[in-house]
Amino acid sequence: MSETVKGAQLDIALHVVRTGHGQDFELNVEFVAGTGITILFGPSGSGKSTILQAVAGLYRPSKGHIRLGDELWSEGGTGRFVPPEKRGIAYLFQSLALFPHMTAIQNVCYGMDRKMPKPEREAKAHILLKRVGVEHLAKRKPQTFSGGEAQRVALARALATNPKVLLLDEPFSALDRDLRVQLARLVVELVHELEIPALQVTHNHGEAAAMGSRILKMRNGSIIEDGSPEAILGGRKGFQDIGKTPMPELFPRPIKE
Amino acid sequence: MNWDPLWLSYKVATIATILSFIIGVGIATLLSQTRFRGRELVDALVTVPMVMPPTVLGYYVLTAVGKNSWLGQTYESLTGGHIAFSVVGCVIAAFVGSVPLVIKSARSALERVDPTVVQAARTLGASPLRAYLTVQLPLAAPGIAAGVMLAFARALGDFGVTVMVAGSIPGQTQTAALYVYEQVAKQAPAGAMVAVLTATAIFVLYVVNSLGRRSDMRYG
Repeated sequence: MSETVKGAQLDIALHVVRTGHGQDFELNVEFVAGTGITILFGPSGSGKSTILQAVAGLYRPSKGHIRLGDELWSEGGTGRFVPPEKRGIAYLFQSLALFPHMTAIQNVCYGMDRKMPKPEREAKAHILLKRVGVEHLAKRKPQTFSGGEAQRVALARALATNPKVLLLDEPFSALDRDLRVQLARLVVELVHELEIPALQVTHNHGEAAAMGSRILKMRNGSIIEDGSPEAILGGRKGFQDIGKTPMPELFPRPIKE
Repeated sequence: MNWDPLWLSYKVATIATILSFIIGVGIATLLSQTRFRGRELVDALVTVPMVMPPTVLGYYVLTAVGKNSWLGQTYESLTGGHIAFSVVGCVIAAFVGSVPLVIKSARSALERVDPTVVQAARTLGASPLRAYLTVQLPLAAPGIAAGVMLAFARALGDFGVTVMVAGSIPGQTQTAALYVYEQVAKQAPAGAMVAVLTATAIFVLYVVNSLGRRSDMRYG
C-alpha cells in the first residue's frame, strides 16, 4: 500500500453492463471526486451502489478505470485490479455488516495495522469509540446495540483503518430522523477532518442536501445532473452550514422524488 | 450384557467423526468458496452416500479398500494388516456414511453467512483467507457443529456399510448396532444396548437443536 497524500482525487470511469434480475443494466459514468462528500443521488436501480462496489473492489468492472491520485486500482483494458484489502477504503454498508461474534472493540480493531501492538490498537479503538459517542459499548456484542449505536460502531470501525476514501451506502436508512441528523453531523465533521473523498449513496432528499458538498443526480445508469446541493436540489443549506442549521431544516419531511 | 461392542462403537464413531469434520469442512470450503465447472456434480458425488442403500455403499467401499484393491495393497505393504474386516474398516465404513452430513451442513452454514459481513472484512484489509478464517468460519460454526454431531450419531448407528466392509466379528469388529442384530437373531436380550443407543441418539439431537437455536440468535 503506497502512501497517498491527503486530498487525493478519486477518478472514476465505468462503462459496464451488469446482468441480473432478468434484465441487463448499463452503467455509464465518468467523474472525479475531490475531498468532501459527493452524493450519488437517485432512485434505486440507477447504478449508485454499483459505483461504490467498483470503487471498493467488491465488483470488478470490465471496462473503465478507477484511480485514486496516482494509484491505479482498476483498469478494464489491462486487467489491472487491486483487491479490496489493498485499497485502503472505508465502506459503511447499508446493513452495517458488523461482525456479530466480536465485541465493539474487536470490531474496531479488526482493520487496524496488525504490526501495531494489541494494547495500542485497543487504546486507539477506545478513542475512536469515544469520538463517536459509544465508548460504553466497548465490551458488548452487536446484537445488544440499538440502531444508532450499531451505526456509530460501524463508523468507528470504518475510520480505524485511516482510510483514503470513505464509501457510504445509504448509511442512515434504518434510523429515525433525530438519529439521522446526529449521525449526519458526525460523518460530515469526520470527513472534513480527514480531508478525503467520500462517496455517499442516498435517495433521501434531505440527507443529500444537508450532507453533500456536491450532488451527482443519477438515473438509469447515467449522471443526469452534477452540481452543488443548492443548484441541484434547490435552495437548501449545504455542507458548510450543517453545524449551525437547526435540525428540522436539515431533514425536512420527505419530498416526492 | 456384553458392553464391549458399545465401547468399540463409541471409539469408531469418535475417530470417524474427527475425520469427517476435517475432510468434510475442507470439501465444504472448496464447494462454497470457489466456482468451478462441475461443482454441483462434485457436491452430488460426495453426498450421494446419504441416500444410497448402505449395502451398495458398502460394496463400493469394499471394492475400494479390499485385499486386492490398490488401497488395500498399499495399506498392507505399509502396515502388514488389512483394512477390510478390521477396526480400520469399521472406521472407514462409519466415515463414508457420516462425512456427507458434515459437507452438507458446513456448506450451507458457510453460504448462509451474510456476504456483506465477509466483504466488510475484505474492505478492512483482510485477505480472502483471513476473512474466511476470522469471520465466515466462526459465523458458520454453530451450523458446522450441528452437522458434526449428526455425523457422530450416524457413525454410531451404522449397520449396513459396517457389515459389508468389516463383517461382524465378535470382539473385533462387532459394533453395537451389529451386536443388537446378533442378539436378536440368537433370541438373546438386547434391550439394554438398544436403550443406550437410543439415549445417545436423543442426546445428540438435543444438542443439535440447541446449536440451531444459538445460530438463529446470532442472526436474529
